[in-house]
Amino acid sequence: MAPLLTMHGIDKRFAGIPALRAAELVVERGEVHALIGQNGAGKSTMIKILTGYYRKDAGEILFDDNPVEFSSPQEAQKAGISTIYQEINLVPYRSVTENICLGREKRRFGLLDWPAMHAEARSLLARFKIDIDVHRPLMVYPTAVQQMVAIARAIGFEARLVIMDEPTSSLDEREVRVLFGVIRQLKEAGVSVIFVSHKLDELYAVCDRVTIMRDGRTVQVAPITQLSRLDLVTSMLGRELTQVLQESHDANLSNRDGREPVLEVRNLAAGRKVRDVSFEVGSGEIVGLAGLLGAGRTESVRAVFGADRPDSGTIAFAGRENAIAAPSDAIQAGMGFCSEDRKLEGIIPDMSVRENLTLALMPQLSRRGIVDETRSREIVDRFIKRLGIRCSGPEQRIRELSGGNQQKVLLARWLCMNPKLLILDEPTRGIDVGAKAEILGLIRELAGQGLGVLMISSELEEVVEAASRIFVLRDGYTAAELTGEALNERSVMAAMAHGHEGAPGAAHG
Amino acid sequence: MNTTSLKLFQGIGRYGVLLALLALIVFGWLRYENFLGAFNVLSVLRYNSMFALVALGMCFVIITGGIDLSVGSTAALGSVVAALLSPYGVLPGLLGGLAAGLAIGACNALIITRLAILPFIATLATMLAASGCALLLAGNQSVSVSYESGFTELGQGDFLGFPIPAWIALFAYLLGSLILNLTAFGRTVLAIGGNEDAARLMGLPANQVKALVYLASGGLAGLAGVILAAQFGAGQPIEGVGWELFAIAAVVVGGTLLTGGVGSVGSTLAGVLLLGLIFNILNFENGLGWISLSAYWQSVIRGAFLLLVVAIQARLSMRTEEAA
Amino acid sequence: MGMKAPRGPLMAETATTLPPTQRAPRVDVRTMLTRHGAWIALALLILVNFALTPNFATWQTLNVNLTQVCTIVIVGVGMTLVIATGGIDLSVGALMAIAGALAPLIFLGKLFPLPHPAIGIALAFVIPVVVAGALGWFNGWLVTRLRIQPIIATLVLFIAGRGIAQVFTNGNLQVFNLPSFQFIGLGRVFGVPFQAILMIFIVALAAWMLRRTVFGRQILAIGGNERAARLAGIPVASVKQRVYLISGLLSGIAGLIVIARNSAADANLVGLGMELDAIAAVAVGGTLLTGGRATVIGTLVGALIIQLVRYTLLANGVPDAAALAAKAVIIVLAVWLQRQSHR
Repeated sequence: MAPLLTMHGIDKRFAGIPALRAAELVVERGEVHALIGQNGAGKSTMIKILTGYYRKDAGEILFDDNPVEFSSPQEAQKAGISTIYQEINLVPYRSVTENICLGREKRRFGLLDWPAMHAEARSLLARFKIDIDVHRPLMVYPTAVQQMVAIARAIGFEARLVIMDEPTSSLDEREVRVLFGVIRQLKEAGVSVIFVSHKLDELYAVCDRVTIMRDGRTVQVAPITQLSRLDLVTSMLGRELTQVLQESHDANLSNRDGREPVLEVRNLAAGRKVRDVSFEVGSGEIVGLAGLLGAGRTESVRAVFGADRPDSGTIAFAGRENAIAAPSDAIQAGMGFCSEDRKLEGIIPDMSVRENLTLALMPQLSRRGIVDETRSREIVDRFIKRLGIRCSGPEQRIRELSGGNQQKVLLARWLCMNPKLLILDEPTRGIDVGAKAEILGLIRELAGQGLGVLMISSELEEVVEAASRIFVLRDGYTAAELTGEALNERSVMAAMAHGHEGAPGAAHG
Repeated sequence: MNTTSLKLFQGIGRYGVLLALLALIVFGWLRYENFLGAFNVLSVLRYNSMFALVALGMCFVIITGGIDLSVGSTAALGSVVAALLSPYGVLPGLLGGLAAGLAIGACNALIITRLAILPFIATLATMLAASGCALLLAGNQSVSVSYESGFTELGQGDFLGFPIPAWIALFAYLLGSLILNLTAFGRTVLAIGGNEDAARLMGLPANQVKALVYLASGGLAGLAGVILAAQFGAGQPIEGVGWELFAIAAVVVGGTLLTGGVGSVGSTLAGVLLLGLIFNILNFENGLGWISLSAYWQSVIRGAFLLLVVAIQARLSMRTEEAA
Repeated sequence: MGMKAPRGPLMAETATTLPPTQRAPRVDVRTMLTRHGAWIALALLILVNFALTPNFATWQTLNVNLTQVCTIVIVGVGMTLVIATGGIDLSVGALMAIAGALAPLIFLGKLFPLPHPAIGIALAFVIPVVVAGALGWFNGWLVTRLRIQPIIATLVLFIAGRGIAQVFTNGNLQVFNLPSFQFIGLGRVFGVPFQAILMIFIVALAAWMLRRTVFGRQILAIGGNERAARLAGIPVASVKQRVYLISGLLSGIAGLIVIARNSAADANLVGLGMELDAIAAVAVGGTLLTGGRATVIGTLVGALIIQLVRYTLLANGVPDAAALAAKAVIIVLAVWLQRQSHR
């Protein structure tokens, strides 16, 4: 029998930048198919093209042997494709029943038949062994239940293909088992499932085959049992093990010894994603935080910077413990933080390069509240030159700059404050190769001058090359600390894949 | 999730306003003679039915997360059109006012959904336009209605001993409640306000529903204008100033969240009556002769009420956020 | 150049089909229209009036139009700042009424006995403006501490404020004749109305503040990207509170001008509908209503455009009511154009 879904040669560009290049995805009838890849690999784009959220530039989609091109999620839903999004896309104030039944209401005499709808909601939820009051608003229930409601909604549409985008990110173990039970039920009923997850254990537990994407391309398709965890990680991150650079870090290492730690984090817990994280950064040292998506890297550094409130643990910075309650405290103490989302949390798009660059420095740049324009210009000119920021001039609006140059401006925003520690969350995301190298070179140079750098990057090669020490986080815990000999891509991947116990050993096995 | 504070939160929305209304009524009943007399009750209902209609439309708009600033001048336009058509009979007057309101509502719907302009600005513009049209049609003065055609019955008449405008408002609220609770359209209105993106991803026709809501708001404001003209015997092109904001206040006092997604037609009516009774009680209080509070206190008290309600809402929603 | 990198492939495609020089002019006209549309419209209006309206090019016409927009612009400056942070202030008209009601009570000695008339006049300038400022700060407090949406937070005073003013005066018209106080609304310096000079001064000060001071940058940063601003260490709550405070102060000043001009304070009418006029001027002037991009001078231009359209229509025999409809069209058009340029 022909596959249920065939996506072939899919191309997609956003503003000229290719997001998908001849990507492939084939899902058989009644199989659970894992779709994995790093952030930006193209998984979401692929799914959104399938469900009609985006339009593809090229390629073809066959669903149930017919060529299709949906123009909206509604249409895809009607054709039998239901999607459960990563962020729960439901209406929190409305009742459970409404969230399950809206869009295919039951009616009597033209009016809504509430009793029938409540009954339907109850029976759908019963499949998940959930027995709750369906009249109450969704928001009163824990996230896990909300997630189940989202899944119940999707299945209630009599879907033939169910797409689950990281459905387990907010579920505990027991709930995950229930979900897997439901997925197996679906499979027995002949429904196909596309399962997106970064938790490798789960893939082995429930999936039949796996499609691995990288840089907008499909790089590997295979039955999941034929691939080891290490194979999966390697394939996602795009480095053949034979090619792994065994660079020596002697230079970095000798630098580090005997230095005072600038930042010491012990047993940090914050929210759902950070359970018990410890790490430290010395002055003049580049430290990497590695881990798969959802391991708690970003959440940890946000707590350190005072952007989110930690629940417990100690954060000692520049000799003072737990003295940071807000970003302004962190900045005053000498910390800088480049967020992973430049657009949402970094640049002020309508402001000029100059204004963006001096945003944090402004209070120091002014006398009686009036900005000292001459000094501001001097500083901006200096940093534009020093970092090689390519713009038509300091007055150009930052939104018109390329990603790499925007990132340099944000780096300069902190560098001009002479910080003791710079936290960089995905500093090279969405930046072209040339600019990447420049930014990494710059970071190294700064560390050489005594700046402590804490760097999060999903590009393993990059962290391994730059950092003298890497802390690997896994599911909210510090799983490994790698230095010296142990610091290579292989060991980091192993720690990401297996966690604490097997860190170095498994890599050799 | 702290369920007690959430319950409290929703309880205040749903029952707080009813309790306050009840308390006010008991207060008036104990304190003033004739407060619950037929004359007082019926005149309060007659007078407030216009505001009730406007607030009903506003309630739907706010539930979707929008706002309609044009209702006041739309009512004024409706009153002028109705007054001009009143010589031809009750029906032409009624339908004319309604049509004028629907026309403004249609403009809002188009500007908001097609040009994608913020509801605040879109309805600000149509507010000016409606006001201009009303003044033009009326020649800058109030337009007397015809007393021969029976048009004034719409505002001044009774049916089964109950004021006709109150019947109209009652009917509109029953219908509104039915639509909000028992039709897919109503539930979609609530879903859009709760999370517009989610509603779209759920496959709900967000734009059509929004357009219809603004259309309805315009129509109801036009109807309020018809009653205005019939009750006071004239189409009033400069009436309706500030109605929109009082309607918003009534809706908010009724516990409808301004961020959208939560709301009830019934408590909006309670909100209207609550704000209306404040005026009535001030009158009675002055009648007692102990103190002399000017009628101007009513807006101060209304503002204080609004502040109280939104402050409680804000506190509770902050707490639920933290608990979540 | 490096900055064009992400658009590289697209540009390359178009370059093969169209010489770049052919595209450039079209883009320019569009940016011109969207970026300087307000100025162009104003210039056109003035030109049209020179041609059509009799006696347009006179000192008197200028003064009439300037005094008509004065209070709108002064309030609009505060509104511009509030909108620049991504907020809105509906209470401005009510605050004008409060200030307008307070001042006569003070200089007529109804509130407290006055040791000297001059002190009364001085206090009549200071107290109302300070009170309006304090109420503005209260708006900001509601917005930042209780996290109430600006539109509702300021609606409270919109409703209660005028009532407070009416309660002060018992709704009575307060008539007076006090040239030293009324200088603010009726006085002239070298033939120019004092209120116009005051307006220009406030506009210039605010425009300078927005461009040159830390506070101004912080306002725009918050409106442009509140999360980024917070992460850059900007005290978001305090900046917002100060912005609402300023809006209150300016409303107070505008209230004084109105009553001085009329030689009477009528709490029912002072500042009525001002919130909408001010917002309209801000919108037409090119300030982004979602915050982050603001131009105080644009607000002046916007107010002048609205006023000139009305003046043109009135001077040419079109009824005032039709001018309202024209205003509606201008607002929608201006905001729509703004959206086009922002895509």
